[in-house]
Amino acid sequence: MNRTQARRVKSQVMTGAVMACVVLAVLPLVLILGTLIVRGASSLSVDFFTKMPVPAGETGGGVLNAIVGTLLMVGTASLIGVPLGIGAGIYAAEYPGSRLTWVVRFVADVLNGTPSIVIGVFAWTWIVASQKHFSGFAGAAALAILMVPMVMRTTEEMIKLVPHSLREAALALGYSRWRTTLQVVLMTGLPGIVTGTLLAIARVAGETAPLLFTALGSQYLVTRLAEPMSALPLTVFGYATGPYEEWHRYAWAAALVLILLVFVLNIAARAMAGRARAANG
Amino acid sequence: MVDVMRDLPQAVVPGAATPAALPRMATDKLSAMYGKFTAVKGVSLDFAANQVHALIGPSGCGKSTFLRTLNRMHEITEGGWVTGRVLLDGEDIYAPRVSAMALRRRVGMVFQRATVFPTMSIFGNVAAGLKVERRTDRGTLAERVEQALRQAALWDEVKDRLHKSATALSGGQQQRLCIARALAPAPEVVLLDEPTSALDPMATQRIEELAYQLKRDYTIIIVTHNMQQAARISDTTSFFYMGTMVETGPTRQIFTAPADPQTEAYITGRFG
Repeated sequence: MNRTQARRVKSQVMTGAVMACVVLAVLPLVLILGTLIVRGASSLSVDFFTKMPVPAGETGGGVLNAIVGTLLMVGTASLIGVPLGIGAGIYAAEYPGSRLTWVVRFVADVLNGTPSIVIGVFAWTWIVASQKHFSGFAGAAALAILMVPMVMRTTEEMIKLVPHSLREAALALGYSRWRTTLQVVLMTGLPGIVTGTLLAIARVAGETAPLLFTALGSQYLVTRLAEPMSALPLTVFGYATGPYEEWHRYAWAAALVLILLVFVLNIAARAMAGRARAANG
Repeated sequence: MVDVMRDLPQAVVPGAATPAALPRMATDKLSAMYGKFTAVKGVSLDFAANQVHALIGPSGCGKSTFLRTLNRMHEITEGGWVTGRVLLDGEDIYAPRVSAMALRRRVGMVFQRATVFPTMSIFGNVAAGLKVERRTDRGTLAERVEQALRQAALWDEVKDRLHKSATALSGGQQQRLCIARALAPAPEVVLLDEPTSALDPMATQRIEELAYQLKRDYTIIIVTHNMQQAARISDTTSFFYMGTMVETGPTRQIFTAPADPQTEAYITGRFG
């Protein structure tokens, strides 16, 4: 075997090995999606999205309360968490050398690595225990705490990616510092920030542990954040751990809906990122 | 915003005759520092109105830092500070009551690399500096954008796609767009910091012709690495070396009969 052949064989072996890794990495996702579709899709119907759960033993009904609860809590969490995260990210990017930035960045990194159940216990202590009742707001607050560090770090990184020359160009036109930051720097980094924010929203939409201690779950259609509230992950948890076959099918279907929601958010994030590249390219 | 009244576009008359004795801009024993490092040492220079004044010298000689003191961009650099005076129409721009933001609208700047705002359209880029001053009505805004684009010799190339993204333009067009953006607020002085160093020869030639034409309406100060460029377009040339201004004089004289041996060594290509 001459050297060219040896190289070719080596190249093929390595390519094969890398391909095998790719397949192994993607396999779990394919299996999860496949199982969800096989076991959940049959229970999906218009009723599933528009009807309330029915008592055990009866067939039919849906998870409207969980869908509404997830949308309300994730929406509220975003309203609290996104502005806070973006604001903190702007600060960290604008004052990279300050002591406060160091502290904020450190806290954000610790929070990012904190298991979500710990956040849930924290929210329980501060909101549920002090108000003496579970509530959708407590759930939203827990999710917001999870979102802030993710949004903050994305914002900071995206702002840092904006070339310094753009900032100088704006200042040289007589822009004030705040105007430069908001109208030029933040706007230039915005597609990336939106992408990161959508990913953060998708992440918290699937969180279960923090909601167990805060929103608790509810069989009713609740639209007041002051009351205990259902959510898709809680429904999955409740149905999956229940004793009935019917419930198990519903758990699969609810899980499918949840993953579709996350999927849509991810695709939206991809689309934004693509647009950002097109605009900057 | 105290200086708003003085910055109204009508108040600025580009090309208005100034007394020959009074330069448009001047520095007086100006030093520029980064922390403890002195990059520019006690430079005194006059910039005559409606002329192109070139600053040449080897890399690191302080010419760019010096340029950035003229619109107070040096002070936004971490640790940047100055001593001495910079006079614009006889007034010290470092006086406490002078707003750096208002000043930068009177002394425009174009950078080495084109810095178009990627989120804004071609129109939006040129209008960016106009929107800072105050509410300008749409008609006036469009008029002044067109005027600036014409001055930057870009109008014919972009008039049909004013509201398209500016990032689709070529490198040379982007740099002319940046010149248009700097011209739109009707500054008195335009600072060009190696404006052609990232451009191909054709685009460079267009910018050079532009600089030459613009002196009718503006006072131009250009930093360049390219000595032929300085020779082609400038009326006055100053040679910087190691943070000091070694020699200044009419361009022809600097390039044919420099008084200082260092200037001669640089111009004949023996260093730099």
